[in-house]
Amino acid sequence: MSKLYSGAEIVFKCLEDQGVEFIFGYPGGAVLPIYDELKNYNSVKHILVRHEQGAGHAAEGYARSSGKPGVLLVTSGPGATNAVTALTDAYMDSIPLVCISGQVPTHLIGTDAFQECDTTGITRPCTKHNWLVKDINKLEKTIHKAFEVATTGRPGPVLVDIPKDVQFQKTKYQKYKKPKKLNGKTHRNFSQKDIDELIQLMSKASKPIFYTGGGVVNSGPKASELLRELVNATGFPITSTLQGLGSYPGDDGQFLGMLGMHGSYEANNAMHDCDLMINIGARFDDRITGKLDEFSPKSKKVHIDIDPSSINKNVKVDLPIVGDVTEVINATIKTIKKVKPNFVKSNKQKISKWWEKIQKWRSVNSFDYINSTETIKPQYAVQRLYELTKDKDTYITTEVGQHQMWAAQHYKFNKPNRWMTSGGLGTMGYGLPAAVGVQVAHPNKLVVDIAGEASVLMTMQEMSTAVQYSLPIKIFILNNEYMGMVRQWQELLHDKNYSESYTAALPDFVKLAEAYGCVGLRATTPEELDDKIIEMINTDRPVIFDCLVDKQENCFPMIPSGKAHNQMLLGPKDQKKNKITGKGKTLV
Amino acid sequence: MANSKSAYSSPGKQGKFDTHIIVVWVDNEAGVLARVVGLFSGRGYNIESLAVAEIDPKLNISRITIVTTGTPQVIEQIKLQLKKLVPVHKVADFKREDKKVIFKEMALFKVVGNNSKKEKALNACKKYNAVILDKTKNSYVIQITALRREIDKMSMNLKKFGLVSISRTGAVAMTRGSDIFR
Repeated sequence: MSKLYSGAEIVFKCLEDQGVEFIFGYPGGAVLPIYDELKNYNSVKHILVRHEQGAGHAAEGYARSSGKPGVLLVTSGPGATNAVTALTDAYMDSIPLVCISGQVPTHLIGTDAFQECDTTGITRPCTKHNWLVKDINKLEKTIHKAFEVATTGRPGPVLVDIPKDVQFQKTKYQKYKKPKKLNGKTHRNFSQKDIDELIQLMSKASKPIFYTGGGVVNSGPKASELLRELVNATGFPITSTLQGLGSYPGDDGQFLGMLGMHGSYEANNAMHDCDLMINIGARFDDRITGKLDEFSPKSKKVHIDIDPSSINKNVKVDLPIVGDVTEVINATIKTIKKVKPNFVKSNKQKISKWWEKIQKWRSVNSFDYINSTETIKPQYAVQRLYELTKDKDTYITTEVGQHQMWAAQHYKFNKPNRWMTSGGLGTMGYGLPAAVGVQVAHPNKLVVDIAGEASVLMTMQEMSTAVQYSLPIKIFILNNEYMGMVRQWQELLHDKNYSESYTAALPDFVKLAEAYGCVGLRATTPEELDDKIIEMINTDRPVIFDCLVDKQENCFPMIPSGKAHNQMLLGPKDQKKNKITGKGKTLV
Repeated sequence: MANSKSAYSSPGKQGKFDTHIIVVWVDNEAGVLARVVGLFSGRGYNIESLAVAEIDPKLNISRITIVTTGTPQVIEQIKLQLKKLVPVHKVADFKREDKKVIFKEMALFKVVGNNSKKEKALNACKKYNAVILDKTKNSYVIQITALRREIDKMSMNLKKFGLVSISRTGAVAMTRGSDIFR
């Protein structure tokens, strides 16, 4: 007779078979049997966080930077509800997570037992799928299925809820065999006809643009390589969403910078005026499209996405291609090579006027700002950080707000999986725990969380995790004492009524760093900034860097609400030039 | 352009609403109905009526029939989102006007009154496959199967004949002819 394993053992057998190296978690009553088994499985290392939300974001950071699913382990009730924000965040940004939660014993479910909550009910709308495993014989199959659902098709979070009695029960374990063929929930149903049509559109276009998103990153590093090849083979301009940054080199001439609400002037105008838009793995998010009725009115639109429900959700497209980005681009390049080997040459003339127009927009230099010798401008801080870290293979995470946009504008990424930011849900407090997860995946790389002082306080407790596991993450805080983006909207839209957006009584971040047992640094003038950044980089321990920046600085350019791409509001330099005074601002 | 005080764009023009009948084949497992219904409420779609029952006890398959309204874009989204749910096997979609599909709802009417009223009520129901399920000296329970609007009409008409209670199902649907939906 084969050996019998407890539910808790089966959890680890499954994790081993799935190749899981790290789990992020926090123990509690309903997961104790699983924690009891931890000692017997050396291949799985547990990272003890300080809050379950931190476990979730750390798992996200791990997943996004490594391409592997992130795994978190939480207890019932508050353990599970604390993880909800991270699960929702992963759901919005399509990050593969497997959350294993403990549940009260089966016979107590529904009795309002201690630390009981309807975990599968609560997490149903924020996971791709979830399971309550009441039968020990279904546990193994369910966990393997959970990994499959999380990682196939459009990736996302899943949750497996395991009652405590099931963790104790025993059954057999069948050796896991990786399924060869993935089942029907993956979508690879594009045809050569679609590709031919795409190339037809591409050769006819005189004002084309690639608009790429997180789907390129999610499709794997090969997708980014192929994207570069495709963009170079066509000579077309390319812009990227916030999530797609890094899939195409940020310092390349064909790259127009990020698009969207705080995207570049050239990217947004090119999106508005183009006659062919090729969306690769992006989802026409409302931060990207601006006013839908006036979104790129004259263009033919192609949408390449693995998720059929992304097609025509917000914007009606002319040619949908449902498939994995890698496969679609691969097929496209192959066909171009076969049918139009001289694509660039034959097309150069046709799109040269378009490039002239783009260069004109580009000359506006829309990310520009008025620098200062007295106070550190936040944009300057990000630029210096970029210049001083660009030769290392640096991983950047962010929190949410102005600093996030400045990071996206001024930090140039050359590789995918180097940029981890909460785009869909916009979760303040994401960056610090995400940096923990990234550093776990890449122990010898430089990991910097470009943060705001308000966001970072939401999950500051995870510094303790970083110290415990000697994870030398760098928390680079652009400290303006305001919830900067809130303050900016209040200035522009609510008559400068700065209602509750100023944080009085902020902690002394340098002393806070010391209290956590890591290193605190502070820069107050532009003059000392470089030295301090270099000191931060050279410190082989976790660092909290308190960068005191201009308190009033706003994030420009921006598409004001209800406006189209070609009605951008530019920064103060341009406003001065065009004599848009205070009155112009109230038009926002 | 009016001053917008929002970080979100203002709503655009809305398309025309159509009524559709969506049929979903699902694994009959715990929580599956909540997943389907939660998808509708979570994304702000309508449910006009709902009928669900297991149709294959061996394979554990249930068939859910949902009557909904929405713009063509919304209906398309409903179908695509439903197909993404793990326990969903297939999704069919019919327009209410579709002549190739039979739609039926069932209603139970309790009529209380003297013989004349009861008979009048029964007569009025005749053309909708009326069946008397229960009979007493002063009451009938009448079952009819009909279209939604016909049942709506009957429940108005029967008031004068002593209608005291109504119970009705959501619509169920099936294609005409020998074809089945795959």
